Amino acid sequence: MTSAAVHLDQLVFSYADTMVRFDVTFAPGEITAIMGPSGAGKSTLLNLVAGFETPREGQVLIGDMDVTSAPPADRPVSMVFQENNLFAHLDIASNVGLGRSPALRLSATDKQDVATALARVGLAGMEHRLPRELSGGERQRVALARVLVRDRPILLLDEPFASLGPALRDDMLELLASVQAERGMTVLFVTHQPEDARKLAENMVFVEGGRVAAAGKTADFFKSSGPEAFRHYIGNERQ
Amino acid sequence: MPLARDPRIAAGVIALAAIGILVGGAFVGLGIEAWRNPEGALAAIDPYLLRVARFTLWQAMLSTLLSVAPAILVARALSRHPEFPGRGLILRLFAVPLALPAIVAALGILSLYGRAGYFAEPLTALTGGTWPGIYGLSGILVAHVFFNLPLATRLMLEALQTVPADQWRLASQLGMGARSSFRLIEWPALRAALPGIAGLVFMLCITSFTIVLTLGGGPAATTLEVAIYQALRFDFDPARAVALTVLQIALTAIVVLALMRLGANTTGDANLPVARRNFIQAKAGEATFNAAAILLALAFVGGPMLATVAAGLKADLGRLAGETSVQRATLTSIILATLSATLAAILALALVTARRALATVRNSRKKTILERFTDTGAGFVLVVPPIVIGAGWFVLVRQSVDVFALAPFMVVAVNAVMAMPFAVRAIRPAHDAASERHERLCAQLGISGWNRLRLIDWPVLRRPLATAFAFAMALSLGDLGVIALFGSDAVQTLPYLLLARMGSYRTDDAAGLALMLGLLCLALMMLADRLGKETPR
Amino acid sequence: MRSPVLSLTSALAFAAIAFPATAEGKLTVYTYESFTAGWGPGPQVKKAFEAECACTVDFVSVADGVALLNRVKLEGASTKADIVLGLDTNLTAEAKATGLFAPHGAAGENVKVPGDWSDDTFVPYDYSYFAVVYDTDKLKTPPKSLKELVEGDPEQKIAIQDPRTSTPGLGLLLWVKSVYGDKAPEAWAKLKGRVLTVTPGWSEAYGLFTKGEAPMVLSYTTSPAYHMVAESTERYQAATFEEGHYLQIEVAGITTTGAKNPLSEKFMAFMTGPGFQDVIPETNWMLPAGKTDKPLNPAFDKLVKPAKTLLFSADEVAANRKAWVDEWLGVMSK
Repeated sequence: MTSAAVHLDQLVFSYADTMVRFDVTFAPGEITAIMGPSGAGKSTLLNLVAGFETPREGQVLIGDMDVTSAPPADRPVSMVFQENNLFAHLDIASNVGLGRSPALRLSATDKQDVATALARVGLAGMEHRLPRELSGGERQRVALARVLVRDRPILLLDEPFASLGPALRDDMLELLASVQAERGMTVLFVTHQPEDARKLAENMVFVEGGRVAAAGKTADFFKSSGPEAFRHYIGNERQ
Repeated sequence: MPLARDPRIAAGVIALAAIGILVGGAFVGLGIEAWRNPEGALAAIDPYLLRVARFTLWQAMLSTLLSVAPAILVARALSRHPEFPGRGLILRLFAVPLALPAIVAALGILSLYGRAGYFAEPLTALTGGTWPGIYGLSGILVAHVFFNLPLATRLMLEALQTVPADQWRLASQLGMGARSSFRLIEWPALRAALPGIAGLVFMLCITSFTIVLTLGGGPAATTLEVAIYQALRFDFDPARAVALTVLQIALTAIVVLALMRLGANTTGDANLPVARRNFIQAKAGEATFNAAAILLALAFVGGPMLATVAAGLKADLGRLAGETSVQRATLTSIILATLSATLAAILALALVTARRALATVRNSRKKTILERFTDTGAGFVLVVPPIVIGAGWFVLVRQSVDVFALAPFMVVAVNAVMAMPFAVRAIRPAHDAASERHERLCAQLGISGWNRLRLIDWPVLRRPLATAFAFAMALSLGDLGVIALFGSDAVQTLPYLLLARMGSYRTDDAAGLALMLGLLCLALMMLADRLGKETPR
Repeated sequence: MRSPVLSLTSALAFAAIAFPATAEGKLTVYTYESFTAGWGPGPQVKKAFEAECACTVDFVSVADGVALLNRVKLEGASTKADIVLGLDTNLTAEAKATGLFAPHGAAGENVKVPGDWSDDTFVPYDYSYFAVVYDTDKLKTPPKSLKELVEGDPEQKIAIQDPRTSTPGLGLLLWVKSVYGDKAPEAWAKLKGRVLTVTPGWSEAYGLFTKGEAPMVLSYTTSPAYHMVAESTERYQAATFEEGHYLQIEVAGITTTGAKNPLSEKFMAFMTGPGFQDVIPETNWMLPAGKTDKPLNPAFDKLVKPAKTLLFSADEVAANRKAWVDEWLGVMSK
């Protein structure tokens, strides 16, 4: 799998009475944290990349491919949501297997891959559990396992660990970092936690008022010379 | 997502087209006939008709209110007490009234509240004068509530079941009492479903015919449906029939649109239902109140049914069951009802999924006409009298084909379309709640079309679909609408046979057949429940 | 998903076109449901006529007389019916106006009904009178005239039928009209207080009556015969009215299709003879219009024999029905 950059080119999207404009590039094979106040447009940005929303103007480019009007499933993208990553009535193996075949027709190899992926995220042997028998952290691990079997170059994460405790969260970040290192995916990671960004992401995109207010290396953001808006936001968050 | 890519929308469009052809074709047929003799349309509008229209609306509104308001309490009580003794049986019994021909229900109700009913003596003693029976508006209302309270209860229960278990858990954790959990949890879920349910009940009441005439006490109590029936059956005046049908649709539209404004299109919490039910712990006071609500509703609905059973037991059931004509009619009824119910469920599923798909793609923009049609619009078929559809088609195709060979297909098609709105109400809450959770995930994983139906929607919709199917079947079992105009030996169903027996002095036979019809319906309900049970894994 | 409605319809259309034409030696009779029911005259009539004509009789039944006329109207000249059996005299004018019926020839000579009703197109096969049937357990002194019915105790209720939707309902309307003439609205205004309810059809009203909801019901003079013969009870009786009783005659006619079938005239002759007429009283619960071979069951001797027969001509009914029904509505819906 080769890494691909994600480029939002002069993107304009409007919903109800809000309007967003994005013009930004995410570096290939690296993790970029997307931060910003609530309602700034972070999730909208991910939705545009994933194809849940269609822009009014502009293009979404993944690598050299224009995916602006491609349906979500046809894009080289996996996404993990904050909630509802799993179908409640299907067991864990099926939930992961859907990442391989939407018809759930799995070959022996596919099944082997599912088992391997589950083992990779620390859920070996849980194939036949139902989502409700799992903890919140374990459910997000299942979602990650599906990302592994889906094997797409782009991974979008929309506050996936927001509801997990600090220890669990660190575990998950670690898991995510190692998975990313293995696969070299381009990861866009929406979070509210500066610590997450600091630990995980090389790059940072700061979104505010439906625009990219700042972008750069994460380390630079946390310096005292970091962007004013960002420092202001962090300050607010810490109060 | 471009529209054309979504097979769900295509399915909805096809379903709408099928319904449109069925209704539209009938109007074309009658329209051609009416064109030759159009003065009936104008002559239809006279002061008497305006009185009829007023009464039609008035009784339908009262009936709706009296059916729906108590149904909220009963549905809530049933939802809060999943372990209530006999709950399953109560729910199945609640589907039986739909399958009873109106005259059977009317006679059952009169066995209790009529001049010679069981309650006549105590009521005479209580009121001083001779108990006059419930003829008039009160009788109409009692009968309509008998039919519609159980229907509304079941549909509302369906809506309440979409409340995620987590919310119940939260409510009990927060120590919410009955009042606040109603206000904060149950009411929002009900409110979304209420306009649809009330609209459905309203439409059923506005088209009431036999009940209104038999219990109404005189022609002051008449509905537009009676006038339409008269226009077609006695005067064969298609122009008047079309004019009256259009008036009936227009009046219904006004009320139903007003109802829609009252409702909120809330979608419930979209989270994964991780917790097992049930976290409701009703306090003793509330539990007593709930039990009282359930028992009162049961008594009200069960009373006339018991009277029907008592009357039926007097019949020579053994001989009846042995008669070839009865066996044949039973089989005909089952076959026709199964076909209608299957078709109704398919139509409803197509419309529900299309509506949801359209609502998803439009975001916050205004609803398109297409979405409106998949939503409330299609439900208006309920106020097109089956006799109009039947007559229209017969007129339209009589030149080219033997129309009476069409009768069975007509019956299936019309019953299916008439049962479709009920099926929609039964399916939609569960479907939309599931869609809310699954939509993005399905899009992301590319699960669509048949795969989506098979893997994602079917497991979630199995139970509501079974309910929808059972309701559609009950409705078709009791129906006489299409054959009323012409009759046909090809479609001698149980209710048809029942009325034929009643029409030739054989009242005991008719009572026996009513009992058999009720039992048949109950058996079908049990079967549907079994089919709908989620298989434990 | 295919449209099931469409595919069903087209499949049917095909099947209907492929339907074979009427075979020789076959007679198709359209009639109402209770005629062909197991207990009705149909099965015996079929057997007897088939033995006589060495042909096949095919009954096609619909709900009642009105549905029968509607069906023929809808089928038009292409109707498969040779004979239409079961219209009543209130429908004959309308039936003739369709131009779908042919003159019957000589069959009318064998029958005689009160009031000497006769017609060149339709032949009577049985008749009865409308009457108020009462429950002797509940009502010791039944009304002896229409006047007494109209002016009697409003606590003693009667269940009647709606003239807009039922034959007996129209019958009572015409009965009152023929007795009261222009004063009919006043009569209805008085009677209204005694009316328990106005049902859409005979079945509902009779059901209410046998359930005990009303001590009286509008039915036929022949109704008590059913209870006497089939249920061996004399509890339900018809009241004799001084002013006379309104007559209902049931008739049959040959269609223009049937005029080409030689069996049609044979059937009409058979219908007016004993082979048919013997069957009528105890299956159709009406009085035979022609000669019977067997004497009637003694129960029929106990029935009310009206001193006077009331009947409007078919043309009068056709011309005035709408106005009279509106007049009735005007009074009754106040």
